[in-house]
Amino acid sequence: MSAPTTSAAKSTSVAKRLRGPRESLFSRAGAMLVMAICTFYFLVPIWWLFVAATKDRSDFISSAPLWFADFNLFQNIADLASYRDGLFFQWMLNSVLYAGAGAAIATLFATMTGYALAKYAFRGRETIFNIILGGVLVPATALALPLFLVFSQVGATNTFWSVFLPSLVSPFGVYLARIYASSSVPDELVEAARIDGSGEVRTFFTVSTRLMMPAMVTIFLFQFVTIWNNFFLPLIMLRDEELFPVTLGLYIWNSQVSQIPEIRALVIIGALLSIIPLIIAFLGLQRFWRSGLGTGALK
Amino acid sequence: MNTSIAQPTTAPQQVKRRGVSKNRGAVIFFITPFAVLFSLFYIIPIFVAIYQSLLTVEREGTFGKPTEVFGGFVQYARVFQDDAFWASILRVAGFGVVQVPIMLGVALLLALLLDSPLVKGKRFFRLAFFAPYAVPGVIAAVMWGFLYSPNLSPFTAVTSEINFLGADLVLWSIANVVTWVFIGYNMIIIYSALLAIPSELYEAARLDGASQARIAWSIKIPLVTPAIILTSIFSIIGTLQLLAEPQVFKSFTSAVTSTYTPNLLIYSTASVPNVNLAAAFSVVLALLTFALSFTVLKLTQRKAD
Repeated sequence: MSAPTTSAAKSTSVAKRLRGPRESLFSRAGAMLVMAICTFYFLVPIWWLFVAATKDRSDFISSAPLWFADFNLFQNIADLASYRDGLFFQWMLNSVLYAGAGAAIATLFATMTGYALAKYAFRGRETIFNIILGGVLVPATALALPLFLVFSQVGATNTFWSVFLPSLVSPFGVYLARIYASSSVPDELVEAARIDGSGEVRTFFTVSTRLMMPAMVTIFLFQFVTIWNNFFLPLIMLRDEELFPVTLGLYIWNSQVSQIPEIRALVIIGALLSIIPLIIAFLGLQRFWRSGLGTGALK
Repeated sequence: MNTSIAQPTTAPQQVKRRGVSKNRGAVIFFITPFAVLFSLFYIIPIFVAIYQSLLTVEREGTFGKPTEVFGGFVQYARVFQDDAFWASILRVAGFGVVQVPIMLGVALLLALLLDSPLVKGKRFFRLAFFAPYAVPGVIAAVMWGFLYSPNLSPFTAVTSEINFLGADLVLWSIANVVTWVFIGYNMIIIYSALLAIPSELYEAARLDGASQARIAWSIKIPLVTPAIILTSIFSIIGTLQLLAEPQVFKSFTSAVTSTYTPNLLIYSTASVPNVNLAAAFSVVLALLTFALSFTVLKLTQRKAD
């Protein structure tokens, strides 16, 4: 758009040679059309959810679905908070705990292991790495029932730990950490720290983790989303509503809508509130994870 | 932070020599926490499931006390004769053959468009396309369930004509939910790989007069093949493990049965309860998933080399 058309014909031709053929208006318009259609497709359901969450029950049925009627968002949130002593917010808290603490610990352990696999030569290193890679290909969902069998052997189903502990394992995190450590933590730096008298563990925590920060944020987000979205494991493990993560709780409510119609409004406002923490996490951490995400895909 | 394309420095000799002797303690310290948890929650469950799948429940008479006895491959024989199981496998296979290429194709197209000079406002589009990934599968299914319902949908003109929740279409309605959630995620992975390509690689092509489409086809796509392989494998795993979306759709329509996908079948078998048969289903499903992912990895790697 910025190429001068009238005065400097000469500079246009230079620019043209450098940039190749100018993209036609046609292909630019086509590209923007694709982007516009996709934006519509991706955002309309979320917009609908937001609008629906601001309506009271009569407006929900009678008013235009994609635009606001009376703004009752805060009333709806208050209804949700008072329903069954604020059970929903207990679920949100559980999810934050399962996903936040789980992902933080999982990230630390995965980074330590990936770092060791990248920076130290030891016997059995490749075997360990290959077993962990096999773990990447065994989906967490496939493990839900086997985990239930293990936890029921020791009588620990329907506990916080039965959902929390398995989520501390991130084989994909180890894979990412290893790739990232081998390309972004120079051996010379580790060696220099050694010569300065720093122990291996101290070097890891003071030097290496700083260099690995983009990878660690990526692993954290991956694991956070995985745990937050996890459905099968809590579904199979938990009976006690107080322990539910928000996904399982809303699922149970949604399946009761036909018997208790007034619960539908709570499902909608709950669904809206439940996606806010992830959106905040993505927006807040995006400059880290975008640079980290490419790592796993490059090699 | 394009550290990912930095030259991987090969381990200098002294690190290797010291690593074996002096650093054993450090290696053990770094690896033990993960190794313990991985063994407890990945490896042991797999063996417990295999063990359980080899047991069978016997009763003395109709109301006798049930006892678990070793049954060999009795459960596996049942798995292979179970039509509902294989029907569910075929259903998700059909689902994957259609949904995965569409999803990854659109994700690749959007990543290429975002990476091209054709599009303005990249930051906005990137966030808009990625936003659905913040919606958990269960919540996305609940939301789309409302959107598909004839009386609640904002698109009643469409939903009164087409029954998205009927037996013919519900599989593809679920496919749409999965596609909606995961296009942006796959797009970001491919897009990050595109950003890591040094732009000098395009210069010669531009001087030769190659169009953006030609550059995308001949330079960009071959270079992001590893990212496409990664997203394909995750998608295959995801397809075979479908559970949350169809589980939610069960409360919107009777067309989704409790044996609709392999994992739904496993869940309903385990809650009957027939834990031994459910364990055998799990083992077979895990093996199928593993074999398929591994095959894709090997086939595409050979091609890429």
